[in-house]
Amino acid sequence: MRSIIDISDLSVEELQELIGVAEDIIANPEKYQDACKRKKLATLFFEPSTRTRMSFEAAMYELGGNVISVSSAASSSAAKGESVADTVKTVSCYTDIIAMRHPKEGAAYVAAQNASIPVINAGDGGHCHPTQTLADLLTIWREKGRFDNLTVGFCGDLKFGRTVHSLITALARYTGIKFVLISPQELKLPSYIKKDVLKRNGLQYVQTMDLESVMPELDILYMTRVQKERFFNEEDYLRLKDSYILNPEKLKKAKPDLCIMHPLPRVNEISVAVDDDPRACYFKQVLNGKYMRMALILKLLKEAGTI
Amino acid sequence: MTVDSIQNGIVIDHITAGSAMRLYELLHLDELDVTVAIMKNVTSRKMGRKDIIKIDADIDIDLDIIGYVDPKATVNYIKDGVLAEKKVIKVPERLVNVIKCKNPRCITSTEQELKHIFKLTDRDNKVYRCVYCEVKAQ
Repeated sequence: MRSIIDISDLSVEELQELIGVAEDIIANPEKYQDACKRKKLATLFFEPSTRTRMSFEAAMYELGGNVISVSSAASSSAAKGESVADTVKTVSCYTDIIAMRHPKEGAAYVAAQNASIPVINAGDGGHCHPTQTLADLLTIWREKGRFDNLTVGFCGDLKFGRTVHSLITALARYTGIKFVLISPQELKLPSYIKKDVLKRNGLQYVQTMDLESVMPELDILYMTRVQKERFFNEEDYLRLKDSYILNPEKLKKAKPDLCIMHPLPRVNEISVAVDDDPRACYFKQVLNGKYMRMALILKLLKEAGTI
Repeated sequence: MTVDSIQNGIVIDHITAGSAMRLYELLHLDELDVTVAIMKNVTSRKMGRKDIIKIDADIDIDLDIIGYVDPKATVNYIKDGVLAEKKVIKVPERLVNVIKCKNPRCITSTEQELKHIFKLTDRDNKVYRCVYCEVKAQ
């Protein structure tokens, strides 16, 4: 049974196929309105989430399907100590596909190993969040029209930011990509990603702590939030949370066609004043996420022979 | 110092000096009720110094553990006092319940019944990563 745990579970060709389907959904939504009629999506969210869960649910409803939801660990049998394996075996009896978020890294892998229906990882701790990457990729595609020859800046928490790790892994498969990694010393990109993804693929990258100095060269600026839930020590969080705040002043040196992205939610790393800038793409990302989730649900249900 | 030769059992030879105790622990040889001899820093023409483990019983040992700890070691099966079989040791692709994931954020830290599985991701540097969270084995 095909599941999607990590963005690298999808080939470059499959990513392009999903983008093609998403664009067709955008152009012809009525064509897809009954595509998943009488099928059920289970959204198992053992960690708080607004947009990802609603995005999956909206995606399934727009495909004509239904949704059964667990919106917190406290309201599920996980609170009684039920294992992920037992939970997904049970849920497999009720539904056709699972989207799962869990605070523990690797929980989605355990789910995929035990479910008899496709599992989509909707975030497993600080590990992977492939459907956010699908949203990011569609946004880049729609804004830039290509995935090659781009200078992509990542700013903020590059250590625990799973969206950053996934997007770097996805973009590493294209040519002419240059990465600019902007973070405080304590939140630098983990060395294994630099070694296994960037160096292994011979990709160019620079590391800096200064956002403004690299701003003029960026085609894409991917801002991230310093996530409180990833810290064991609150002091470290408080010290690092406001490391970078993007405002109109800092954007003065940016390219006129810069694409500003953020996986959201933001706290204060992008000032609200930036929202009116035509280069701000983070709310487009939200919408694009729904279309890509629709495309992914369709693909996995088709591959499973469910539709 | 001399240690008796064994009639039926296993000799793990050419162990890198200093690695025998780690093998002893991971192979759970302490749980056996047969004679086990650990020889440390034995003079070797080829290696200078080496460790040797002799097990006086024909038990089933996990060669993956030996391949993980010391792929240059050799495993000799002795039957009726003579060498019956020599096993080639390879660096294993997967390790199941040999080492534990130390990442406190890993699912294995809370779900105790899960097997601890690691896969070899960098053969040259012998890097293993947890299949669940992908954190490098320590």
